[in-house]
Amino acid sequence: MSKTYYDPADLRNFGKITDWSEELGEKFFDYYGKVFEEGALTAREKSLIALAVSHVVKCPYCIDAYTQDGLKRGITKEEMMEAVHAGAAIESGATLVHGVQMMKKYDKLSH
Amino acid sequence: MATKSLKKQKNKLADANRQLEILSSGIFEDELPTFKDKVSQTHQFPLRPKGLEILQINLGYMCNQVCEHCHVDAGPDRKEIMTKETMQQCLEVIQTTGAHTLDLTGGAPEMNPLFRWFVEEASKVGIKDFIVRSNLTIIRANKKYHDLPDFFKQYNVHVVSSMPHWTRRKTDKQRGVGVFDKSIKALQELNERGFGMPSSDLRLDLVYNPSGAFLPSDQASMERDFKKALLEDFNIHFHSLFVITNLPISRFLDYLIASDNYEDYMYNLVDAYNPAAVENVMCRNTISISWDGWLYDCDFNQMLGLKVASKVKHISDYNEEVLNDRNIITSQHCYGCTAGAGSSCQGSVT
Repeated sequence: MSKTYYDPADLRNFGKITDWSEELGEKFFDYYGKVFEEGALTAREKSLIALAVSHVVKCPYCIDAYTQDGLKRGITKEEMMEAVHAGAAIESGATLVHGVQMMKKYDKLSH
Repeated sequence: MATKSLKKQKNKLADANRQLEILSSGIFEDELPTFKDKVSQTHQFPLRPKGLEILQINLGYMCNQVCEHCHVDAGPDRKEIMTKETMQQCLEVIQTTGAHTLDLTGGAPEMNPLFRWFVEEASKVGIKDFIVRSNLTIIRANKKYHDLPDFFKQYNVHVVSSMPHWTRRKTDKQRGVGVFDKSIKALQELNERGFGMPSSDLRLDLVYNPSGAFLPSDQASMERDFKKALLEDFNIHFHSLFVITNLPISRFLDYLIASDNYEDYMYNLVDAYNPAAVENVMCRNTISISWDGWLYDCDFNQMLGLKVASKVKHISDYNEEVLNDRNIITSQHCYGCTAGAGSSCQGSVT
C-alpha cells in the first residue's frame, strides 16, 4: 500500500480509466487529444496554458506532464515560469476581487 | 561540464559491455518488455535490411568538444582516428556501393588530418548526397579550419550540424560555454557561401536532440520554432531540422543514471514505442563503418561494440550482397529509434 496519496506511476496508467467506463473514458481522451492539436492557437501556446492551469488546479500529475511537454517543445524555463505567474496572478486576483464583496458587506453593516 | 571523455576518466560506463549489462537487467528483467519481445509482438523481429542507401563512415572519435550527451564519448582526448589504408578501403567500397548517400561523421571528422584528401577522393565518385556532420565550432576552433565553409562549397558537401537550442543558455549547457556564439558565427559564414539559403542547392541541415531526460517534440513544429528564432535573432537560414532522440548509451546513459532519470526515461521510450517507426529505422538502410574499418548496423551499435551479424565484418572483406542478408543486432537502446515519430541520423522516420 502506497504511503502517499499521489503516486507518480499513476500518470502512466491514466489511460486505464477507460477500463471502468469505456465510452466516457474514450470520449474524454478523444476530446483531450483534439484540444491540444494545432489550431487557432499553436500546440506550444496550448502547452503553456496547460502548464499554468496545472498549477492553478494544483495537479502534480499535470505539472509533471506539462513541464516535460514544454521541454520537448523547446519552451524555456523563463517562459514556463511566466506562464505559472500568469496562472497565479489570476488565482490571487480571483481571491482579492472577493475583497470588494467583503468591503461592501462591511460598509453596509457598519455605521 | 565534463572536459574529459568517460574513457579518459576511467568511468565504468566507458566499457560497452557494462552498458549492455545495464540495458539488459533491472527493469528489463521483470517490468518492461525487451526490445526483441516488443518487436516480436507485431511480428517485425528480427529486423532485416531493406537495401543499402547510406554508408556512414566514422573518421575518428577525436573532437574539439566534450558534449554532455555524446553517444560517441568523443573529445580532444580520444585518439582513435581512421588511417589512410582504411580510407582507401572505404573509397574502393564507395566506387561500387549501391548506396546513394555518403555520411561522414566522428568526433569532428574535420580533425582527421586526412579529412580533406578523403573528401576530395570520395567526391570524384559522384555520390548523390555527400554529408559531412560538422559540429560548427570546429570552423572557429583554429585558423586551419577557418576555410572549411569554402572547402565544403568547393566539393558541394551537404553540411549537417548539431544545434541543441536557439538560446545561448541551453546550447552552452549541453555543449560547453561559448559554443552557441561560435555556432552562430559559423552558421552565418555558411549562409554567406549560400549554404542553407532558401533557393540554394548547398544543403545545410541542423540536428536537434533534447538537452535532458525527455523525448523530443514533433519535427515539424520544432523546425518552425528554430527557423523563426534563428532568423529573427541572427538572420540565419537553414533547410531542415532533424530531430533525434537521445539513446540511452555512453554519456547520456551516465547522465540518466546519475540524475536518477534512467528508469523513467526507459518507461517513456517503451510507452512511446511505435511499430510504424520500426519499418524505417536507419539500421535497415545503413552500414556504419568505424575508424578501424569494422562494420556495424548503426553508429550506436558501433559505440556498443556490436559488430554486424554477418560473415563480412570488416571493410577489407566488404560484400554488399552478403551484408544485405543479415539480421540486425538489437538491444534495449533501440527503443530510442522507435519512440514516437522514430529517430535516425536523418531525423524522424515516420
